[in-house]
Amino acid sequence: MKEPLAPHEFSESLATGGEAPVGASSHRGGSDAVLRVEDLRVGFAVRGGLRALAGPQRTVRAVDGVSFSVYPGEILALVGESGCGKTTIARTVTRLEHPSSGRVLYRSQDLARVRGGELRRLRQKIQLVFQDPYEALDPRQSVYEIVAEPLRIHGLAQTEAERTRIVYEALASAGLHPPDQIARRYPHHLSGGQRQRVAIAASLVLDPEFIVADEPVSMLDVSVRAEILKLLLELRQTRGLTFLFITHDLSLAWVIADRIAVVYLGRVVEIGSADDVISRPRHPYTKALVSVIPVPEPVHADPRLLLTGETPSPINVPSGCRFHPRCWLRRELGNPAACESSDPMLDAAADHPAACHFV
Amino acid sequence: MALLEISDLRIHYATADGAVRAVDGVSLSVEPGEAVGLAGESGCGKTTAALAIPRLLPQSATVEGAIRFDGTNLLELSEQAMERVRWRGVSVVFQGAMNALNPVQSVAAQILEPIRRHEPETSAADARARVDELLDLVGIAPARGRAYPHELSGGMRQRVMIAMALACHPQLVIADEPVTALDVMIQAQILDLLRALRQRLDLAMILISHDLSVIAETCDRIAVMYAGKLAEVGSVARVYEAPAHPYTRALLRAFPNIHGDRAFVAGIPGYPPSLIDPPIGCRFADRCPIAVERCRRETPVLREVAPNQIAACHLAGTTDDAGTTGSAGTTPAIPGTQP
Repeated sequence: MKEPLAPHEFSESLATGGEAPVGASSHRGGSDAVLRVEDLRVGFAVRGGLRALAGPQRTVRAVDGVSFSVYPGEILALVGESGCGKTTIARTVTRLEHPSSGRVLYRSQDLARVRGGELRRLRQKIQLVFQDPYEALDPRQSVYEIVAEPLRIHGLAQTEAERTRIVYEALASAGLHPPDQIARRYPHHLSGGQRQRVAIAASLVLDPEFIVADEPVSMLDVSVRAEILKLLLELRQTRGLTFLFITHDLSLAWVIADRIAVVYLGRVVEIGSADDVISRPRHPYTKALVSVIPVPEPVHADPRLLLTGETPSPINVPSGCRFHPRCWLRRELGNPAACESSDPMLDAAADHPAACHFV
Repeated sequence: MALLEISDLRIHYATADGAVRAVDGVSLSVEPGEAVGLAGESGCGKTTAALAIPRLLPQSATVEGAIRFDGTNLLELSEQAMERVRWRGVSVVFQGAMNALNPVQSVAAQILEPIRRHEPETSAADARARVDELLDLVGIAPARGRAYPHELSGGMRQRVMIAMALACHPQLVIADEPVTALDVMIQAQILDLLRALRQRLDLAMILISHDLSVIAETCDRIAVMYAGKLAEVGSVARVYEAPAHPYTRALLRAFPNIHGDRAFVAGIPGYPPSLIDPPIGCRFADRCPIAVERCRRETPVLREVAPNQIAACHLAGTTDDAGTTGSAGTTPAIPGTQP
């Protein structure tokens, strides 16, 4: 088993196009995970409309039995289509939603049980960076006020001089130079990429350990995307940050993450090193997703596994394997009964488990 | 003869700060049945250039040059005559329009609208039959036509928009970012549909996209725009294999390619120049890794660098141009320090 690479070696391995770090394998089962999600379920009651009066209350099973761990210095990408539950997972991990059942452990502390000062401390350690840098910043606040606000809320940095020092340092860490000039500007003066840097700077002032980044580059122009991704990798190196990276874009997850977890209808159906998931996908859903990733080259011979129809609603999760109605492998195998009757769990493949009866 | 022939198109917008030269001397042709991808970053003028064809730009835009469609210069037509070209000659799938469908009308009624309006001679029964055909053509069961937009997913609504664009049998469809904001599987379904429709209906298409992967999968030729000008035009096969313009190369490196090495995507540091007072010389010079003194002095013109490939770069094809022979898939870019 290959040892996980230290973060600084990660960029080296990218530079040479070499092996990706496996990251988690040697930790698996250990207790040194930064974040540990155990059989997480998050449901939402469906409200509204006359139908709600007529029948039993229905529940959207947005997250439906998800377990994974994120290890120190690692970037784990949660990848899935819209509505798969990846954002709900991100919101639960940052305590914006509460689990219906299961646990979210941050350094062995159950997020649901933490109160008072301990909770405030955790809220400093875990930060969320949102998708839309145009919406996330208050247009009436200067960059200084935006970045200093978390300090104010948490009652940190007692003196003006102390606050200014921390804000400028965060701006510089986020690649905004010179900090004193940027600090005086307002969001409308800034480009999309600069706005996202300001949002990242605001998440840095509390000296976090763990960043949940929800589609942090999907609103940005392609030429800017790479710069923001680079910044995240740099922050991991310089500050030892750990990331949960939420994206719908498998090829993006491949270049930024150490490991990828593929989410379908509220469940992780496959998890493994970024290279394994992309180059040797196991689950038929992942295989289909990988086969349709658009590539910037004119001819590619790989046959594409185009799934028809759309993901079913999480109100009506299919019986057995939730992917079975759309599964090409099930059809190829002549519709075995197990797919409809039994819900597959992630199998025992230590480094790269998948949840399918037939892999 | 080309179906569409754009010659020296110049478009400027009047703004409080002065005239913004959004499109500055673009010439491009589209053959019948051909699909041309128009690529570039936001603000490069690709949408402005394309929407000038059906003359759908706002009043603040001044358009010069010639746009010959089927031999007629559209810029010289009366508004009334132009109205006959829209939908029947050229139709548009607007960016994000799937979210702009009328919420209180069934989708079938909305597809019917352009037929009734532009072909009043078509009987009501024939028009309705055509709506069913169109729905079927884009992969929606005709009975679903009774649905309202909110009852359909984003992918289904985009299919409705495509059906609507095809309602009056156009020869050219302009699709502005038709799969942006759609999930990857739905995106693949829509791109498949566009490919099938092109073959079946012998449609010409201009596909506007910032995403070079999307253009690679659907188009015969690509035109890359930068700061209001064409940087490079050529067959998809040629341009992706051996991009001649440094900007095209930089754009290609900005996309991960899962068939290549797991190299980190590269950004393009800096910003495009202001189009109010664009610099003399090559507009990409400030961001160009191989720019020489001449680039800041002399505006490069499009010239043939290989069969089926023209580029506006002084260095394209010369020995100073190190990158021409490199494949776009192998990029040794490293997550390094902040510029």
